[in-house]
Amino acid sequence: MKRATLYVGLSLIAIVVLLAAVGLVWTPFDPTAVTNNRLAKPGWPHLLGTDGFGADILSRIISGAKICLLVGIVSVAAAAVIGVPIGIFAGMVRGWLGEIPARLSDILYGFPALLLAILFAAALGGSTWTAMLAIAVATVPAFVRIARAATLQVMSLGYVEAARLSGTPRLSIAWRHVLPNIAPVLGVQASVSFGIAILAEAGLSYLGLGSGPQQPTWGRMLREAQDWLFSEPLLALWPGLAIAVATMGFNLLGDGLRDLLDPRLREIR
Amino acid sequence: MVLRRVGARAAWLLASLLLASLLIFAATNALPGDIAQVMLGTNAAPGEVEALRERLGLNEPFLVRYVEWLGGALQFDFGTSHISGRSVTSLISSRLEVSLWLAGLGMVVAILVALPVGAYSAMRRRHLDGTVVSVLSQVGLAIPAFWAGIWLVIIFAVQLRWLPAGGYVSHWDGIGQWARHMILPVTSLALVQASVISRYVRSSVIEVSHEDYFRTARSLGWSRSGALMRHGLRNIAISLLTVIGLQLATLLVGAIIIEQVFALPGLGSTLLLAVSQRDLVVVQAIVLLLVWAVLLINFLVDVAYQLIDPRLRRGAAA
Repeated sequence: MKRATLYVGLSLIAIVVLLAAVGLVWTPFDPTAVTNNRLAKPGWPHLLGTDGFGADILSRIISGAKICLLVGIVSVAAAAVIGVPIGIFAGMVRGWLGEIPARLSDILYGFPALLLAILFAAALGGSTWTAMLAIAVATVPAFVRIARAATLQVMSLGYVEAARLSGTPRLSIAWRHVLPNIAPVLGVQASVSFGIAILAEAGLSYLGLGSGPQQPTWGRMLREAQDWLFSEPLLALWPGLAIAVATMGFNLLGDGLRDLLDPRLREIR
Repeated sequence: MVLRRVGARAAWLLASLLLASLLIFAATNALPGDIAQVMLGTNAAPGEVEALRERLGLNEPFLVRYVEWLGGALQFDFGTSHISGRSVTSLISSRLEVSLWLAGLGMVVAILVALPVGAYSAMRRRHLDGTVVSVLSQVGLAIPAFWAGIWLVIIFAVQLRWLPAGGYVSHWDGIGQWARHMILPVTSLALVQASVISRYVRSSVIEVSHEDYFRTARSLGWSRSGALMRHGLRNIAISLLTVIGLQLATLLVGAIIIEQVFALPGLGSTLLLAVSQRDLVVVQAIVLLLVWAVLLINFLVDVAYQLIDPRLRRGAAA
């Protein structure tokens, strides 16, 4: 029971990763095929039925897992690579120079991923790439904030102080002392950001601002399902369920990791 | 002390409003290629493109255009839509009503639900029912608001036929019809928000219940809920403020998507239509308004912190 959160989170993520891995090499049917077998009920051979274009829903769900993970991994990794060094810098450098990045990231906080994506889509046209770019940019401030706060804490530790006073260069303090110490906190943030990224991507492709029609995504499937709410409400079930499973997996992983880091906090959440 | 901090924060607010506007203007203007061409499409006649360039002032330098645009925006003059030829200001003000109701009611309902739910799951955290409530909020956290909306439509509009599946009736035209059209959108937005907020409420209630002053109050004979009301409200208010600041952007974005689900004629649907029509003047204006709203409300939240939390007043913790 102690680490239930962590394990449930990991299992949910495992399901999504498995789907994506399978989707890389095989789907039961062509996920983008347009056939005459429209709106088939769940059964054999279409386990989850077919959608309004006659495409196999299970294949589309499997295929959607790839995009979901791809967008999450790329945008969160990009945000961390940009945000973490800035945050460490802001935490190590005293005075106004350290203040600036923190302040700038506050402004970016006012730009949620979706608004950025809308700006980019208006300028460049919507695609998987603009979605990733928007989510990455919108995620940067979270990493700046958390890296800065954690760095401030590490800098006040005795041995870091000692290293600083003995003349160790700043860059090597950052690399040898700060980064390893704040890595666990960053891991938690990455997991939480991943969950947010999945929701953002789903929202974007629901609005038609994400991946193109050739790329089945869970959000787009929900948008298409809306045309059939009156006759085939089940169409709206599977993609949403997939989004919820993926998001909850990463949320729970984040919570579980946090509990591992600081068991005193467990009861609070 | 408080005044000085608020003053400094206000100066920063002005700077960030300015920077945000510059970012938005740059993002829509630093496009590869010719904006006029992009807006008119590749089939447009060269003369037409040139005329639009002239009308948009594209032949002026970037900074001149930016200053003119910002100057206009500050006087609520956002230019004219190149598709409809309507003034963007009148377009926005006719759509503002729906969005304000949706976001405002969404937040209010979310808080009204989250307060008791969060407090309950905190008080009963060692019991089955408290745990169940907490797990439910975890589930709510992972559900996209628009999916919740779709299911509310399926259940209450399609199956039970109690409420309309979408559309909007202004409250000026009948408060009953207005309410019937708002129930489902507001609920779908609020459900998801409530699960986020209730988790903040829960952790702040648990924090309070570990405090010495809470235990003292209990040992003096206060009931649990009594002691919580007496000593916990200020803490809960602080965490509520935090979460409102954090969630505001999510709420506005959620509202944009919910407008799509329920075909509500608000800012979000106007924005998306403008994106699909490449009506950049409208896109700029609405994004600017939304981002400014987020920055402004975050400023108000910060100021409210200063007033509520006496620890900040002494400048002990920033």
